[in-house]
Amino acid sequence: MNVTIVDYQSGNISSVINSFTEVAKGKVNLEVTSDIKKIKSSDKIVLPGQGSFKSCVDSLNGISGLVDTLKDFAIINKKPLLGICVGLQMFADIGYEEAETKGLGWISGKVSKIDNQKGKFKLPHIGWNEIEIQKESKIFKDIKNKSHMYFVHSYEFIPEDKSVISATTDYSSKIVCSVERDNLFGTQFHPEKSDKIGLKIIDNFLRL
Amino acid sequence: MLKNRIIPCLDVKDGRVVKGINFVELKDAGDPVEQAKIYSDGGADEICFLDITASNENRETIIDIVRKTAKECFVPLTVGGGVRTIQNITDLLLAGADKVSINTAAVKNVDFVREASKKFGSQCIVVAIDAKKVSVNNWEVFTHGGRNKTGIDAVEFAKKVEENGAGEILLTSMDKDGTKSGYDVDLLKTITNSTNIPVIASGGVGTLDHLYDGIVKGGASAVLAASIFHYGEYKIKDVKEYLNSKNVSVRL
Repeated sequence: MNVTIVDYQSGNISSVINSFTEVAKGKVNLEVTSDIKKIKSSDKIVLPGQGSFKSCVDSLNGISGLVDTLKDFAIINKKPLLGICVGLQMFADIGYEEAETKGLGWISGKVSKIDNQKGKFKLPHIGWNEIEIQKESKIFKDIKNKSHMYFVHSYEFIPEDKSVISATTDYSSKIVCSVERDNLFGTQFHPEKSDKIGLKIIDNFLRL
Repeated sequence: MLKNRIIPCLDVKDGRVVKGINFVELKDAGDPVEQAKIYSDGGADEICFLDITASNENRETIIDIVRKTAKECFVPLTVGGGVRTIQNITDLLLAGADKVSINTAAVKNVDFVREASKKFGSQCIVVAIDAKKVSVNNWEVFTHGGRNKTGIDAVEFAKKVEENGAGEILLTSMDKDGTKSGYDVDLLKTITNSTNIPVIASGGVGTLDHLYDGIVKGGASAVLAASIFHYGEYKIKDVKEYLNSKNVSVRL
């Protein structure tokens, strides 16, 4: 199986590469690239994302043909794609970090700043928080409800269609921390930094 | 609910851990990679490396350690010490660090914090503030391990780094560091009340109660400690079980 981690200069993806390499050992051929041809011929795609919504979208748009290729892959052909952190947020129609920015529009909704309730909640939301599983998800196989995952973000994805939500986490409100629709997956938390339980999620994705 | 983080810190000099762990199972007490792995397996919520190598020539050494550790530890890794340029940050992140901690360079020029957080995102920029009490409820920022006075008010500086995009503050009391007499809770409380970003408490931990005080009385989001772990007095698990028994939420 060929799995591609999309490298579109979106900041630090070393940890994503390290964790996927660890889990993929001997089972999966892992590529880290933005080469359209290689992405097209992959079986699965990982779309990481660090920094702001705007900077990630700009970087993605900066590589000619990349957005269309990803859309063909995940939305038209419904092949498995996992978005992590801003990689998930970009599924939305629109984001408000830095400046109002158009997202990929794959799952209707918006990305706005977490309500810190007048300073009651510190932002960024950094650290380990429990996930509350909302529906059965292929990437949560053998993952217990209330497992701890590592988060670091100040913005949240609010999808219009609540049926895509596979898990939430409690911080100021119920924040959407995982979505699933067909073969499109996204996590707001960082499975690559979430210890053994995070590696299990990566393993689940690679086994799909 | 967001859990309070327990962060063991390893002081690294010329590629070796300065204060080693006394665990019997260790093959090499000076190997930072092996020690980080023990902490990570033991339930550490994050690992922190502080590079106290004096010379610039040895930067490659810490980068190599980060590279090796990042391949074995799948919890967040923060690296500080001698981070002065955007290139320093790029090198550490590419090696596998998740966050870098900036100290002197932030004090010298707060624009560096802004530039770094704009380029890499606030999530990976920690500003380390070393503060010393100068009078009642007044703390001043010091640099170079507490040797150099700056004349800058610690509270004002904390607010300033937040405005400039720091994602977290690593706050060390220079009065308490190494004393094992507990955090400077007043300092912590003042900074956590004046800022809206997470604060990591550091400097002075000698007992489990000190960690409790840092979180509950000081309002810290995370507690960092070095010697109580290094000398094997407590394991991460002991700390978490203790805090949990006192109703402080931790990741068990």
